[in-house]
Amino acid sequence: MTLSARLELTRGDFALALELDVAGGQTLGLLGPNGSGKSTTLRCLAGLESPQSGVIDISGTVVEDTSRGIAVPPETRSVGYVFQDYLLFPHMSVIDNVAFGLRSRGASKREAQESALRWLERLDIAELASRKPGQLSGGQAQRVALARALITEPDLLLLDEPLAALDAGTRASVRSLLRRHLADYAGAVVLVTHDPMDAMVLADRVVVLEGGHAVQAGTPADVARRPASTYVAQLVGVNMLRGDAVNGVVALTDGGDVRIADLDMSGPVIVALRPEAISVHLHHPEGSARNVWQSRVHSLEARGDLVRVEVDGPPALAAVITPAAVADLRLHEGADVWLSAKATDLDVYPA
Amino acid sequence: MSMTTTPRRVTPVPIGVLAAIGIGFLAIPLVGLLLTTPWTRLPSLLASPVAIDALRLSLVTSLTATAIAILIGVPLAWVLARAQVRGRTVIRALVTLPLVLPPVVGGVALLLAFGRRGLIGQYLYDWFGVQLPFSTAGVIMAEAFVAMPFLVITVEGALRSADPRFEEAAATLGAKRWTVLRRITLPLIGPALLAGTILAWARALGEFGATITFAGNLPGVTQTLPLAVYAALDTDREAAIALSVVLLAASLAVLLLLRDRYLRGGAS
Amino acid sequence: MRRTRAALAVAVASLSIVVSSCGSDGAASSVTVGAAASLTDVLTRIGSDFTDETGIAITFSFAASSAIAEQIRSGAPLDAFASAGTTSMGPLVSEQLVTGVTDFATNSLTIAVPAGNPGGVTGLSDLERVSLVICQEQVPCGVATTSLLERAALTVSPVSLEPDVRSVLGKVIADEVDAGIVYITDATGRPGVEAVPIPDDVNVSTTYQAAVVAGSDQAIAAAEFITYLRGPQAQQLLRSAGFGAAP
Repeated sequence: MTLSARLELTRGDFALALELDVAGGQTLGLLGPNGSGKSTTLRCLAGLESPQSGVIDISGTVVEDTSRGIAVPPETRSVGYVFQDYLLFPHMSVIDNVAFGLRSRGASKREAQESALRWLERLDIAELASRKPGQLSGGQAQRVALARALITEPDLLLLDEPLAALDAGTRASVRSLLRRHLADYAGAVVLVTHDPMDAMVLADRVVVLEGGHAVQAGTPADVARRPASTYVAQLVGVNMLRGDAVNGVVALTDGGDVRIADLDMSGPVIVALRPEAISVHLHHPEGSARNVWQSRVHSLEARGDLVRVEVDGPPALAAVITPAAVADLRLHEGADVWLSAKATDLDVYPA
Repeated sequence: MSMTTTPRRVTPVPIGVLAAIGIGFLAIPLVGLLLTTPWTRLPSLLASPVAIDALRLSLVTSLTATAIAILIGVPLAWVLARAQVRGRTVIRALVTLPLVLPPVVGGVALLLAFGRRGLIGQYLYDWFGVQLPFSTAGVIMAEAFVAMPFLVITVEGALRSADPRFEEAAATLGAKRWTVLRRITLPLIGPALLAGTILAWARALGEFGATITFAGNLPGVTQTLPLAVYAALDTDREAAIALSVVLLAASLAVLLLLRDRYLRGGAS
Repeated sequence: MRRTRAALAVAVASLSIVVSSCGSDGAASSVTVGAAASLTDVLTRIGSDFTDETGIAITFSFAASSAIAEQIRSGAPLDAFASAGTTSMGPLVSEQLVTGVTDFATNSLTIAVPAGNPGGVTGLSDLERVSLVICQEQVPCGVATTSLLERAALTVSPVSLEPDVRSVLGKVIADEVDAGIVYITDATGRPGVEAVPIPDDVNVSTTYQAAVVAGSDQAIAAAEFITYLRGPQAQQLLRSAGFGAAP
């Protein structure tokens, strides 16, 4: 259930050169802007495109080897693909969509539909079985697409921007659901996204792609802490805090606490907070923000047009503000500051 | 000079007038036909041997020609829309030719190809004693010749506008090429295929010039409805009108079956 | 300045159109004749001779006589009618749609075979054996053919019934059939076609008639043309084309 791939591809001015290794049960996040070659990589892994040169090995089976002329077609590879816009077959019901993979491999209609129904139940969408894709919401369609891809138990699961088509509200809950199912999944997963939050929450390892090349690889925390380039730094840098949630308050492992909006959440959690959502003040701020912390500036770092302000913990947070704001507040290393963030700006995930 | 604004919903007078003329131009001949129809004699006129022969023959030949158009036309449309063949422009021009070619010219061309002394026809005649002109098979050929482009063009359009990524998704799920065609590609172009079939059938039913030039005119063998109308025109006008009304009814049925589907573009 | 010049140009143009069309009543300029298909070649030649002599332009519309009769009934702008046979002319006379009916030629039938006579047709009896094309029985040449077949006591199975004699000839010339029954004039002097004669005792003679269409505004010119048809020059051309003399 492993993936080992080396790909080289040129299309016009664009050149892609990438090496990927993913162990079974692990999720690799491919992070990068549009046009960096992420989708092309997935298509090559699936067999929908062929690289100019490269080798792809899925669980010990060489499905692509340009030097030996081996190119196994997609229908023969053990690959599941969840497309960015789901591509649910519009003329088939949900249950037939999910059953499609099994029926294509020779299962009878009854067997395939029974399996499909079990998967729909696992994803809490059993009641949608006879609906058509056009009648589904984004979040529901996403789950159907996932079920459809997983039902054949592929060795490799490919997810192309799985949350991009969802609205902000649905995104967090589906991200949570995806995290749960990926944790249970035994195969290798390659997840492609432009949203650092997805990589941070869902991936065990992250590869940052820029202009067709990997500019950095490592665990999400490593990449966030030591970005190799300005781009990476701007891309990642989400505050990730671990703690224990009780009644809307998360006691952080490293000290301090955080107030969250979801009062029902309990147990070990990860709290994600974007630096852009943190406000920096010289005095105790008034207002509706439920989270207020007093702290001291640890470092100021210019990141492109903005400035990243890191403060001492607990909690050790990073905020991003404009240079003008830095000037107004007369910020410097060691300055006393107050930080505030709204509970609704925090995303909480079961750890 | 005073400025007046016209609310958008009101049709400007010149457009309205021209549109009314257009409607009249199209409707008045049909109204004329319906008014001169001998409604009381219609049943007996249509029950005459000539009429029954023509009706039966038209039905059989037009349906067979449509079936041939589907059998050959769908793969042809697939090649035009998906295959990487060189000379696609030439193929498409060939397919569109019967649409713009005057039907009589089409008939002459068929004669030169499949007649007793034709390019292919001479071998059919000399080796097998088969003569396509003057046979019902000849009628079917002439009708298929003019009807096929409708089917090919409609289906090609649908295949082009259909998202090929559905087929990719099916492939990643393990579907072999035949399964993809059967369960994904064809169902997705179903509405367009139906529209193309209905149009092809209507065209085959109404074909005259190519039929009379290539297949000839013999009641029961090659005299289809349009040919029967033409034959009756100078001698038994009421019979000609009766048969014309049948064709008119068939055309109206076609339009009702299609409703807006083809006129809107035919894609699913 | 430009506007007035344009207006002047339009006025001059319309004036000249009006002036030229004024010439049509009084001095005859053009006669339209509906004529049987079998007269196509010979009448075209006679027509151009007539125009050379009299200065009157002639336009022909060739079709099956029955079709032309229908057109006249529907009020088509024909000035004269030259029909094959009396079947189409007769009703028009009783309906008073034509005047001055005159016989001007006769025609008989013949068997036409493709060059080389692939069917080996030597006489009428062979027609029961080979592939045959004839006119529809409602058109004049069809009427004559039916009469001929009755007289000769023949039962044939034609492969096609054509709407006019030219179509019959066309299929024979194309070598699509072994034989066709056409007028003698259609087979005379035509490349690609050979004529197998029919004995006089069974042959059917068709009388060709010409008449002026009632209500035509070219009646005088039309009558002049019909008189010319009976004249020596026209009759000479008719004879060499294979037509017989008027009865």
